[in-house]
Amino acid sequence: MKKFTTHTGRVLPLRRSNVDTDQIIPAVYLKRITRDGFEDGLFAAWRKDPAFVLNQPKYAGATVLVAGPEFGTGSSREHAVWALQNYGFRIVISPRFADIFRGNSLKGGLLTVELPDDVVERLWALAESDPAAEVVVDLEARSINFGGESQPFELDDYARWRLLEGLDDVSLTLRHTDLIAEFEVARPAWMPRTVAG
Amino acid sequence: MDAKQIPRALAEKVWDAHVVRRVSGEPDLLFIDLHLVHEVTSPQAFDGLRSAGRPVHRPDLTLATEDHNVPTLDIDRPIADPVSRIQVEALRKNCADFGVPLFPLGSDDQGIVHVVGPQLGVTQPGMTIVCGDSHTSTHGAFGALAFGIGTSEVEHVLATQTLPLRPFKTMAITVEGDLPADVTAKDLILAVIAEIGTGGGQGYVLEYRGSAIENLSIEARMTVCNMSIEAGARAGMIAPDATTYEYLRGRPHAPTGADWDRAVQWWSSLPTDPAASFDREVVIDAANLKPFVTWGTNPGQGLPLSSSVPDPAQITDPGERSAAERALEYMDLVPGTPLTDISVDTVFLGSCTNGRIEDLRAAAAILEGRTVADGVRMLVVPGSVRVRLEAETEGLDQIFVGAGAEWRHAGCSMCLGMNPDQLAPGERSASTSNRNFEGRQGKGGRTHLVSPQVAAATAVTGRLTSPSDLPDAVSGVPTRA
Ligand code: SF4
Repeated sequence: MKKFTTHTGRVLPLRRSNVDTDQIIPAVYLKRITRDGFEDGLFAAWRKDPAFVLNQPKYAGATVLVAGPEFGTGSSREHAVWALQNYGFRIVISPRFADIFRGNSLKGGLLTVELPDDVVERLWALAESDPAAEVVVDLEARSINFGGESQPFELDDYARWRLLEGLDDVSLTLRHTDLIAEFEVARPAWMPRTVAG
Repeated sequence: MDAKQIPRALAEKVWDAHVVRRVSGEPDLLFIDLHLVHEVTSPQAFDGLRSAGRPVHRPDLTLATEDHNVPTLDIDRPIADPVSRIQVEALRKNCADFGVPLFPLGSDDQGIVHVVGPQLGVTQPGMTIVCGDSHTSTHGAFGALAFGIGTSEVEHVLATQTLPLRPFKTMAITVEGDLPADVTAKDLILAVIAEIGTGGGQGYVLEYRGSAIENLSIEARMTVCNMSIEAGARAGMIAPDATTYEYLRGRPHAPTGADWDRAVQWWSSLPTDPAASFDREVVIDAANLKPFVTWGTNPGQGLPLSSSVPDPAQITDPGERSAAERALEYMDLVPGTPLTDISVDTVFLGSCTNGRIEDLRAAAAILEGRTVADGVRMLVVPGSVRVRLEAETEGLDQIFVGAGAEWRHAGCSMCLGMNPDQLAPGERSASTSNRNFEGRQGKGGRTHLVSPQVAAATAVTGRLTSPSDLPDAVSGVPTRA
């Protein structure tokens, strides 16, 4: 995973709530067996509409997606995170994220930032009045700066550290194989197994 | 697993019993008892293992099945869609390479991952169960802590059989009293979601309790727990009891002899301690519940079938109002229309929410002696091959086919429309599945979530219908599922 420290980019204002993972990437796009190439499925149904915000040239190259509450509800498909990343987004901002989506995004290095509704509203207004305006997201300081204001955001120390260091969980956990082995020895023998032996 | 002094909830007991490592400031490392795998969310995870040169740590605690992508017709022929075929073939190769047991298309144990686990008896109380699928919450019906994970986590579990996790908060959803005769588990959970909202459960494990829950069969409990994710919750759970043990006894993977007694002893210690407290509590009166149906594009946008399409102008919250406006536009519905006036062209009976034998029985009981309305297509897709075979033994397939419905092979099918079973743009369905998102069942398709009973009655009339409103109502009340 790439290290994440600060990011400066422009905002794509997505004025919708309950953006579920079937909207982020419909199921028919999930058949690929790699982690890349999912950008063509991003918001596929909505993109059919030429007026959809993602189709507006003034927002081309935006890297910070700002959406309404309950972003990422629905399925556990990590393809939703890959589609956003493949398209070029580095950060998603919403008043509230669905748990699995948030977990997936932080594991994959897509920073999800929860900010109150009024701040999200101001970010939308900024991007709509000045599509070229930039926001600076500082993970070290846990703050986002735009249009002359600085807003703190919450992210637990552990998740922040992993992102800053670009560490992946598997190698961190594999430092504790002794503890896992200990646990396994103590597990009741009657618990079910899917294969004999 | 010994009793602690502090009173704990069911979820906390299961959590505590699985902590491999706890260090302050870091997530707990939790041991995973069962990892269910399917073709859509696993290929990138196996590739990750391959490129790091890592094995699957516990293939004996891992189980794979083909469900999301598979056709429900002509299953003895190669999968026609080449991309789907590659994905299914990737799963077969990965399982063979890494020693993971797999139930492929054609096997008697193939089916939707959340139907297969319970019917084999590998889903048991007190376990931690994960799958790269959000409806893993289904297994909570047994008192297991079961939740969906993403592909990075799938790789993590394959490599280590553990997951680093922050504890979930606990929410009690207490449903007291008797459900009215025409109210099913599906109606109950749709009402719960409408009550707490699609984000209301975020960060929580929901524990369903109260007499109405205790009186549900295990299959009905699965329907309830299944849709916990639709309220935003990580998991849903129901305390194990005699009903749970009866369901499990004699299943292929259930413990036997002295092991059974040991297991029951532990399982009996799991229910929430009387003095335990929850982070949040919601109380629902069972007697007030009615057959429920969704009118919008998220599962929280639901109402009793006896009501009318809501008027966004009367919604005070601006965000909810605009969401309702958008939903009605997408659904092509006019405020004030009685929900029972909405016609459908498709009825889908199936999915991990309502694709089990009791669901098929309940629908068949209504369809027996009746026919599917002209111009309506009804798809009946059993949740697993075992369910299909059992239904055929009971003659349910004859009832469905006799009524004019299509009897299909097992899989996720039109629940997510990844295979050829899809709605065409503008088509409208009554569906026993769990998600009514825009385009979920096919691009431009419109979905109304319903119970199996309402699905069957709707097939008969061609518009959203409660079984009790069918013209020539059969004697006796429909089976409660
Ligand atoms: S039936 Fe639907 S909800 Fe259940 S696992 Fe399959 S696609 Fe997911």
